[in-house]
Amino acid sequence: MRKERSLWSDAFNRIVKDKISLISLIIVVIYTLIALLVSMGVIASDWQEIVGPEYAPPSAEYWLGTDFLGRDVLRKTLYGTKVAMSVGLFTCMIAIPVGIFLGSIAGYFGGIIDEIVVWFYTTFSSIPGIILLISISFVLGKGLTAVYIALGATSWVHLCRLVRGEVIKHKNRDYVQAVTAIGGGHWKKLFVHILPNIFHIVIINASLLFQVAIKSEVILSYLGIGVQAVPSWGKMIDDARSELNNDVWWQLFGATIAMFFIVLAFNILGDALRDALDPKLKGKES
Amino acid sequence: MQIFQYSLRRLLYLIPVMLGVSFLVFFLFNVVAGDPTPLLLGKNASAAQVAELREQLGLNKSFLAQYLDIVKSAFTFDFGRSWATQQQISDIISQRAWPSLTLTLPAFLISSILSILISLVVSFYRGKGLDISIRVLCIALMSISSLVYIIIGQKFLAAEWELFEISGYEEGFPYFVPYIILPVIIWVVLSLGPDIRFFRTVILDEVYQDYVRTARAKGLSEKVIFLRHVLRNAMVPMITYFVIQLPFLIMGSLLLENYFDIPGLGSEVVRAANSNDFPVLKAFSILFSVAYIVFNLITDILYAVVDPRIKLQ
Repeated sequence: MRKERSLWSDAFNRIVKDKISLISLIIVVIYTLIALLVSMGVIASDWQEIVGPEYAPPSAEYWLGTDFLGRDVLRKTLYGTKVAMSVGLFTCMIAIPVGIFLGSIAGYFGGIIDEIVVWFYTTFSSIPGIILLISISFVLGKGLTAVYIALGATSWVHLCRLVRGEVIKHKNRDYVQAVTAIGGGHWKKLFVHILPNIFHIVIINASLLFQVAIKSEVILSYLGIGVQAVPSWGKMIDDARSELNNDVWWQLFGATIAMFFIVLAFNILGDALRDALDPKLKGKES
Repeated sequence: MQIFQYSLRRLLYLIPVMLGVSFLVFFLFNVVAGDPTPLLLGKNASAAQVAELREQLGLNKSFLAQYLDIVKSAFTFDFGRSWATQQQISDIISQRAWPSLTLTLPAFLISSILSILISLVVSFYRGKGLDISIRVLCIALMSISSLVYIIIGQKFLAAEWELFEISGYEEGFPYFVPYIILPVIIWVVLSLGPDIRFFRTVILDEVYQDYVRTARAKGLSEKVIFLRHVLRNAMVPMITYFVIQLPFLIMGSLLLENYFDIPGLGSEVVRAANSNDFPVLKAFSILFSVAYIVFNLITDILYAVVDPRIKLQ
C-alpha cells in the first residue's frame, strides 16, 4: 500500500529536512518551553530578588550582569521571554480568528456583507496603526492586556484581505459545488471544506504576525504605553538608553540577543512554510 | 473614459470611508477615552472650572453634534486648536510637515534606489552564494529592534566618534543636513531588509513566467531578458509599493524624530499622546486617512494604466 502524503505531513517533512528551518523550529520550541516554565513559576519567578551590587558587569556569578537595583539581568531576560511569547501568542489569538471570520464571510457571501467588511477594514487600515495603539491604551490603561488587545486589534486587516481573496477564488471550484450537490449548507462548505484548503495562508501569516508583535512591544515600551510592572525586552532596551552612557551594555545585549534569535527563527520559518505550503512555488529551485 | 469613471467611483468611495474613519476617531476619543478634564486640569480642579472647560472644549454637546464636528473637520481640514498649546492645529501641521519631509524624503529615495539595485543583482545571481548571503543578512537586519539601531547609532556614531550631530534640528537648507544624516542612515538600514526581500520576490515571480522561457528560446541573452522583460513587468508591483508608502513619509517617523529631536509630525504625535492632546491626535488620524485613501486610489489607477491586463470594474 502506498503511504499517504498529505500537504501538511509533506510540509513538515520538508521543513525538518532543511537544517536551517529545523534549527529555527527548535529555537521556537525552546523559547516556548522557557515561556511555559516561567509562567509555571519554575524559573525566573525570583527576578525581583536583589542578588548583588548595582550594575555588576557579566561574570561567572551573574552571566548577564545586574541592573540598577542589583537584580539579575539573565532572570529578567528569561521573564521577558514569557512576556514576548505571550504578546505574540495573544496578538495571533485575537487577530487570526477575527481575520479569518470576517475575511471568509466577506469572500463567501459577497454582496452587502462583502461591502460592509471591505468598508470596515478600509476604514480600520486608514487610521495610522500607532494612533490606534495610543488611543486603545488610553481606554484600557497601561499594561500587558492593553498591549495584547491593541496589537491584536491593529493586525487582523492583512489576514482578512488575504482570506477574502482566497475564499473568492475557491468558492466556485468543483469540490465546493460537489458539497452543494450532496446537500452541504453554507457554513459546512465554508468552514469544513474551503477553510482547510486555504489554511496554509493563515499559518504563514501567523509566523510573521508573531514576530511583528514581539518587535512592536519594544516600540510600545519606548512610548511608555507598554508592559508596566514586569520586565520585558522592550523595557530592558528602553532602559539601555540611559545606561549606555555609563557603559552598562548588558541589559541591551541580553534583550537584543534574546529577541534576535526568536524573530530570526520566525522569519526563517515563515519563509520555509511558504516554500513548503504554497503549491505555486513547488519545484522551483529557489 | 473607463479610467475616468473608475476614478470617479473610487473618489466617491472616499465619503463612506471618511464617515467610518470619523466615527472610529469619535468613538475612540469622544466616547470610550473618558472625560479628559481631570487629565487637563489635575485632580483638584473645582466643579466650576471643570464645567467651564467642558463648555469650552465642546464636550457638553450631544454625541451626534460631536460626531458631526469631526465629520466636518474631515472635509474642511479645520481641526480647531491644540489643548496643550492653544495653537491652530493646521498651523502646527504646516510647520512640522517640512522637518519630517527633510528626513523621510531623502531616506526614502536612498533606500529605494539601493534596494532596487541590490535586489536586481541578487535575483540575477539567484541561488548563488551572493544571493544566499544577502538574504541571510536581510533577515538578520530585520531581527534586531529598530530601537537598538537608534540607541547604538546615537551612542557610537554620534556621541563617541562624533561623526554626526547627536540630536537637534535647524530650519532651512543646508543647515538641517548635519542633523538628518544619522537618522537617514538608520532609516535606510531599517528598510533595506524588507525592501530587498519584497523586490526579490517580485522579480523572481516574473523570472519563471512563460514569456521568459519564450525569450530564452528566441536566443536572447540573460541580461537582455532580465533588463528588458523581467524588470519591466516587475515595475508594476514596485511602483505600487512606493506610492503606498508616500502617506507615511508625510507623517514622518515617530521613533527617529522623537529620538533625534527633529520637530516633525512624528514627534508631535508622541508629544500629543503624552500630554493627552486629543484634538491633535484626532486631526492626525483624519489627515493620514485622507492621504492614505487618496494614495491608494492613485496606486489602483496607476496599476490599471501601466498594466493593460488589469480590467477595471
